[in-house]
Amino acid sequence: MAKQYSEGHEWIEVEDGIATIGVTDFAQQRMGDVVFVELPEPGAAIEQGEEVAVIESVKAASEVFAPLSGEILDVNTNLTDNPALINEAAEEDGWMVKIRLSQESQLEKLMTAEAYEQFCAQ
Amino acid sequence: MSISEKTDTSLKATALLDLHQELGAKMVPFAGYSMPVQYAPGILGEHRFVRSSAGIFDISHMQQATLEGPGAIAFLEKITACEVQNLTHGKYSYTQILNDKGGIIDDMMITKWPGRDDKIYIVNNAASADKVNAYVERHLSTDTKMLPITDRGMIAVQGPKAHRLLADCADMTFLQWRDTTVLGTQCYVSRSGYTGEDGFELSLHNDDIAGFVKKLLAHKDDIMMIGLGARDSLRLEAGMCLYGQDLDEETTPIEADLLWSVGKRRRTKGGFLGADIVQRQIAEGVMRKRVGIIVHDRAPARAGAQIVPKDGGDSIGVVRSGCFSPTLEKPILMGYVDINHVKPETQLGIAVRGKILPAEVTKLPFVSHKYQR
Repeated sequence: MAKQYSEGHEWIEVEDGIATIGVTDFAQQRMGDVVFVELPEPGAAIEQGEEVAVIESVKAASEVFAPLSGEILDVNTNLTDNPALINEAAEEDGWMVKIRLSQESQLEKLMTAEAYEQFCAQ
Repeated sequence: MSISEKTDTSLKATALLDLHQELGAKMVPFAGYSMPVQYAPGILGEHRFVRSSAGIFDISHMQQATLEGPGAIAFLEKITACEVQNLTHGKYSYTQILNDKGGIIDDMMITKWPGRDDKIYIVNNAASADKVNAYVERHLSTDTKMLPITDRGMIAVQGPKAHRLLADCADMTFLQWRDTTVLGTQCYVSRSGYTGEDGFELSLHNDDIAGFVKKLLAHKDDIMMIGLGARDSLRLEAGMCLYGQDLDEETTPIEADLLWSVGKRRRTKGGFLGADIVQRQIAEGVMRKRVGIIVHDRAPARAGAQIVPKDGGDSIGVVRSGCFSPTLEKPILMGYVDINHVKPETQLGIAVRGKILPAEVTKLPFVSHKYQR
């Protein structure tokens, strides 16, 4: 299924009810060099709009808010030793969490790649 | 996450604005100016390049001025605890303007103009300029004037390769200051800086700056432009204060561990605003002190985070500047800590997002200075 995007600058890729989520390339460019990523515990429940991660760049800490509700299945532990993955490959190897979705209807509010591009150009 | 980008057309521009934009710099508002926070390499890359090679910083936002008149030296000795009377001409000196409580109004560099006892060159922080000018006006006597210099900008050239690229200055020793010609351009140059590296700070006519910088940038493999982001992490690694974060009007030079900048004669003779408090603190000690702290974790601690005892408990201090150190590859910070917990190797905790990060007091600077004395 094609990647979708949120107004909070996250990308979401869904397969069999599991969403892989990260921050977009647009977001990582704005943040600058990432030096630390705080990720949630697998097994935790997360609500749409709740803080799910924190990205520390050289300049500031940015909270990442969950675009969807569900249960955290997995987190990208590579980001512990290599937080720069978010700068190098935000939308591929820099993925942050995998969530088993509890409300798939929430997907309807997300944007396509084209719509996100327009959103960023505003 | 939220990302906001404001464009403010009322910002002032330095003479290098066009160059910053040509190089694709990320510009931010800073002290009323549009300034580059980073260029293409990014903050970490720029920081590392200064330590290994050389970098150019646009510091034209800083306020340059002269204090002129027969009362200039006496005036400066009234508002700072600096040894100005016996200061060698052409020696660049670090000091702070004090209020009557010994609190710091701004920190600055000064030098007595070569051959003159009635002219002193001063450089203040951009963000403090209005406050400093108003304070100076209030305390000036009629025989002294403060004259802002508006037709010149400043750059810093810092790093181990700096002296090779500015061969005209290579014979200068640390903190020497000259009114001279460098690369065929008239400038005031000092062997000084805000990074801990060997390097120079140059004041040039606004019309000359871009051309001068481009001459240096032609040495592509040796030097690059550096933004404010890396400027901040470099100065923090060097243990240097940033006014507004590490220093403010509620902090004295003694609490800030800047006794070394208080002239020896001034410590005993006084005669400056706030002298009674500063002298008492020298004699009796202070309740809190600025220290360097290394965090034994990966999460950076930022200004405002509380410092607590190692196993938790009530706050014993606060973080004033913090960043990830590219050289040490650990988070570092400076903060003010209760005087009973300031010895190097004291184990502490930093409260960040509900967790206590293990940390320890360390001697400053975090990265040793490379000054050419």
